[in-house]
Amino acid sequence: MTSFATDTILIFRRQLALMLRQPAWVIIGLIQPILYLVFFGPLLTKVASGSLAGFPPGNSYSFFVPGLLIQLGLFGASFVGFAIIADWRAGVIERFRVTPVNRLALLAGRVLRDALILLIQAIILVLAGLAFGLRAPLGGVLIGLAFITLVGVSLAAISYSVGLLLKSEDALAPLLNMVVVPLMLLSGIMLPMTLGPGWLQGIARATPFRYIIDAMREAFHGVYGGAIMIEGAAVAVGMAAVCIWAASRAFVRENA
Amino acid sequence: MAIIEARGLARTFVSRRSTVEAVRGVDLEVGDGEIVGFLGPNGAGKTTTLRMLTTLLKPTAGTAIVCGADLRRDPGNVRKRIGYVPQAIGLTAGGSDPNCLVREELKIQAKVYRVPAAEIPARMQRIIDQLELTGLDDRLCKTLSGGQRRRLDIALGLIHSPRLVFLDEPTTGLDPQSRSNLWDHIRALRADLHTTVFLTTHYLEEADALCDRVLVIDNGKIIASGSPEELKRRISGDVVTLSVTGDTAVAQNVLAADQAVREIGVEGRSLRLSVEHGEEALPGLLRALDRAGLSLTSIQLARPTLDDVFLTLTGRSLRDDSATAGQEAQAPAVAISAPASTKTS
Repeated sequence: MTSFATDTILIFRRQLALMLRQPAWVIIGLIQPILYLVFFGPLLTKVASGSLAGFPPGNSYSFFVPGLLIQLGLFGASFVGFAIIADWRAGVIERFRVTPVNRLALLAGRVLRDALILLIQAIILVLAGLAFGLRAPLGGVLIGLAFITLVGVSLAAISYSVGLLLKSEDALAPLLNMVVVPLMLLSGIMLPMTLGPGWLQGIARATPFRYIIDAMREAFHGVYGGAIMIEGAAVAVGMAAVCIWAASRAFVRENA
Repeated sequence: MAIIEARGLARTFVSRRSTVEAVRGVDLEVGDGEIVGFLGPNGAGKTTTLRMLTTLLKPTAGTAIVCGADLRRDPGNVRKRIGYVPQAIGLTAGGSDPNCLVREELKIQAKVYRVPAAEIPARMQRIIDQLELTGLDDRLCKTLSGGQRRRLDIALGLIHSPRLVFLDEPTTGLDPQSRSNLWDHIRALRADLHTTVFLTTHYLEEADALCDRVLVIDNGKIIASGSPEELKRRISGDVVTLSVTGDTAVAQNVLAADQAVREIGVEGRSLRLSVEHGEEALPGLLRALDRAGLSLTSIQLARPTLDDVFLTLTGRSLRDDSATAGQEAQAPAVAISAPASTKTS
């Protein structure tokens, strides 16, 4: 177990150094949600104040920013699988798999780096939200960031394992689009899912982000102890557990 | 004492459509301090065997003891004791991250091999000197030349001073100078560090230049083994092609009398001879023709090539893809046993 911890830190620091060599990517990943914040957020203020059924009361940005955080996670962490394909192609994965390094640490170090980067991006996004008029309690924001970190861990882990199994960018790209776009639409990040017809709400209830985003919105509204929060936390932790378990199988298996 | 001992090693890949027996029962033994080459065309099973011996791939059958550890029961100890340099052609490259610094790569490699922190700088310096990577420490791996990058790959496989190192196609894709330079380094591994080297290659001249012993593999089975010299002699001998003015039948009789000549074929005005120790037999053959009053219009001596070896062993030409066929063409520039032709007209 100690080799797992030391090797995880070793890989984490290596991956972080690689990322910091090209810090532009951290900013580029933020562009999409910031654009939504600037060009779409103001529209929502009017819709929300027009007392449209389904919109929660209060500040429209405390509804919208959690959605943008999920979007950031979905589009940031889901695409890390491309990096593992590049690593595999460079022979880096195989080179490490022949050494006594803990194979699970090859995954954990990477995931940890991605979670940290996502957290930093999320903090920047929240600060930008504040500038636009977001008002939320600090405790709620911290809970929101914890959620988004769990989302990042889950998605990065699963993306790495799928990338490592497919070993082809051409296969990974359409697969991600096929999965990420419906997940984003069904999570209700732009508009409340409760606006939709019953069948749409039913489908949305089958996706994890639907629960997570509701819990994050509650947190941003300063409600911490309700059933929605417990549900959301359970789904987030459960999703992370399942993703890490599945990904670790891909990394520690004998043949790769 | 054997450092690798494999019995009946086999690997079958099963997919929905087909079953491929990549390696079908390989027995091999490599002694401490030997340089052994695994020779075969692409797809013969060289890399698959190597990946099994280095714990990257689980054998479907067979056993092996590598550096005293059982491949199946104790892969952890095998990993600790061996070094491995993956091939740098085809789908994957040789193992260094293009966006890492040379220094970073060597350092993390030493750390994952559990080299004590206090020893790491000295180890790094020694391997940098050994493989002539001096002055490249602060370069990004992607900025190195092909030869430098390959030497770095090898340095990464040696940072923990293993007793045994596996080199998969160490020189494929390199220019002739880098190749012969790398050969010197591989020889020095044994001479200076007493490292046992097990390498794969599809160049006969590489096996010839480096190896004490060569194992020829085709279709997942070892079909011949021996020293490069033995192998070449046993496999096809040298080929002398000559044309004469006058009666070719007379020439054929005259030449057949020479003990070194094993076979003679006639095509039009030219004769194709299979000859043992061609370069020594040549003067005798010329004198014999001279005595018979036959004058030569051309003569050529060719050493066996990998293609000849395979032709003789398998009855068919070397299966190869176009990419490596191109590289094969540039090889003779430094090759010791490449078609070294003597031509007179």
